[in-house]
Amino acid sequence: MTYLQRSVNMKLKRISSQSMERTLPKCPTGIAGFDEITLGGLPRGRPSLICGGAGCGKTLFGIEFLARGAQDFGEPGVCISFEETSDDLAQNAISLGFDLKALERANRLFIDYIHIDKSEIAETGEYDLEGLFIRIGSAIDSIGAKRVLLDTPEALFGGLNDEGVLRSELRRLFRWLKDKGVTAVITGEKGEGTLTRHGIEEYVSDCVVLLDHRLQSGVVTRRMRVLKYRGSMHGTNEYPFLIGQKGISVLPVTSLGLNHKISDERISSGIPGLDEMLEGQGYYRGSSILVSGTAGTGKSSMSAHLVNAACARGEACLYFSFEESPDQILRNMRSIGIDLARWIKKGLLHIHSTRPTAYGLELHLVEMHNLLEQHKPKVVVVDPLSSLMSGAGENPGDLTNMVLRVIDRLKQLGTTAFFTSLTSGGHAAEATELNISSLVDTWLLLRDLESDGERNRVLYVLKSRGMAHSNQLREFLMTKNGVELREAYLGPAGLLTGSARVAQEARERDNELMLKRESEDRRLALNRKLRAAEAQILALEAEREAAQLELKTAAIENENRRTSALTQRADMARSRKVNSSPKAPRPQIPEAGV
Amino acid sequence: MMAIKKDGMARPEYDLRLYVAGQTPRSVQAFANLTKICEEHLAGRYRIEVIDLLVHPQLAKGDQILAIPTLVRTLPEPIRKIIGDLSNKERVLVGLDVRSTE
Repeated sequence: MTYLQRSVNMKLKRISSQSMERTLPKCPTGIAGFDEITLGGLPRGRPSLICGGAGCGKTLFGIEFLARGAQDFGEPGVCISFEETSDDLAQNAISLGFDLKALERANRLFIDYIHIDKSEIAETGEYDLEGLFIRIGSAIDSIGAKRVLLDTPEALFGGLNDEGVLRSELRRLFRWLKDKGVTAVITGEKGEGTLTRHGIEEYVSDCVVLLDHRLQSGVVTRRMRVLKYRGSMHGTNEYPFLIGQKGISVLPVTSLGLNHKISDERISSGIPGLDEMLEGQGYYRGSSILVSGTAGTGKSSMSAHLVNAACARGEACLYFSFEESPDQILRNMRSIGIDLARWIKKGLLHIHSTRPTAYGLELHLVEMHNLLEQHKPKVVVVDPLSSLMSGAGENPGDLTNMVLRVIDRLKQLGTTAFFTSLTSGGHAAEATELNISSLVDTWLLLRDLESDGERNRVLYVLKSRGMAHSNQLREFLMTKNGVELREAYLGPAGLLTGSARVAQEARERDNELMLKRESEDRRLALNRKLRAAEAQILALEAEREAAQLELKTAAIENENRRTSALTQRADMARSRKVNSSPKAPRPQIPEAGV
Repeated sequence: MMAIKKDGMARPEYDLRLYVAGQTPRSVQAFANLTKICEEHLAGRYRIEVIDLLVHPQLAKGDQILAIPTLVRTLPEPIRKIIGDLSNKERVLVGLDVRSTE
């Protein structure tokens, strides 16, 4: 819805820059956000009506219109007050940061208090309000005013009896102001069934803005609507607005748009395991991070880690807590080993605890802005964002707008923002009630997994713009040394966490042991086999040697035998005198050899 | 400024200021009505000062003048104002808190 709104506004703006300026000149009010929804401000040189109930901020709107005109746009202004004296007005304006007295001294502002006391006035016969015209006229001429505030001319109805004269004179007055070419703001108190008590809206028909403040679930929210704007397009929605130390600002401020300077610097989440999931480097500086999860999933602990890491780097942090007191946060974080108290002592960390119902959304926003201004933190934690829902009443869109504004502001400042959001059990985890998921850069989801009679926390990165983040579910453990992320085990029955994971781990350890033993056995067996083979080789070798020896001996014996046979034969022949020739030599006995 | 002092009294009992814006028929009428009433009921006890806001617009602030014509009784205290062309004599007398001389 916000994006739609934004794109519509952008479109309107584009149209305005093309054609509107030609057709209808506008007078910028300087009121933050208002000039955006009216595409430039109030119609220049025409009277506009600002109406609403008591205490809705009509006079402040008018005063800011004049003061900003005098300060920022070089247009002096005249304030004709029918209700408050100039001292009262000046006093009230100081709370918005405007020094009316100084502007008066510098001739940039002229305040005239018109007082009518019915008790000292008698009426006889015909009259007109030329005196009023002359007073306004001389005031305008005295400082060359371009802007006029009439707050509220309806008071005349209380002082004068002749309504017919009054009406015609008011009609003449507004026309006269138009002729004078001044941009006028006329305030009017809301009447029953009419925009103003005496119906002066019928005379001021160029631009009508309705202010409203409404009580919803015990919390007041201010709203503004441009009811009518003749000759110009305008945002038609009801916009929440707030009155802060710097005047009125209307939400959402679309002008902030989407052109923040961004940083490539990365900062640690304070949890090593989580940094690892985010490319090993953590979040981008100046990004906005949302952690959502059901009750007790460890959202605050994650905030504490981030704060702890930031403070350790020497960066100032601001922690908005809407559920716990500072002491409670310190104690609870001590229990997981995070000592935040030392950072408070060092002045790096500020914890700001308020009940979400303490005041309306707008005041929360104002306070956030002021504290941001005051402490200039590098990291801001809002814990939890969702409890501000009660402030938004039946209109969660308000909160979205508010968050958008906070994010816009923080992005402008380059501050890293960390929001936690409580999702109630029944909802789909991905659908935060806040509709802000599209606004954040990194979205972490904490979930409870129920299995085997226990609940375990798992964390995953649902999205993280601009980085290749892990897609793994990790088990999230709260230990005495803070949050630890564990590898989640995937078993045959799905994800294993808690005891099941521990069992799985044990099983794996067993398996490993068994494998180890098996391989050792195998090694031994092979060794044995090897050794056996070697032994066999030795035995065979010995056998071979033995055989060789035998062979040699056999050869010698053989030779011996042959020689001795020859000798015997020769001896025999000699003895038998077979061969009488004495020439026949005696055969030689060969040497024994191989 | 048209300032008309009657009888040259140093401290008149009735000190009256009539605010007008130029010589409009209504202003002339108011002045005529006022002098007539004063002459009838306050002869010798009054002073009338006529202030033209077209000439002296800054004077409108002092007496908180809105309507024209406005008659302001500065003396006797307290200040009383009568707006209109003073055509109703009875109401002017009541407004000025003038006790009949008779």
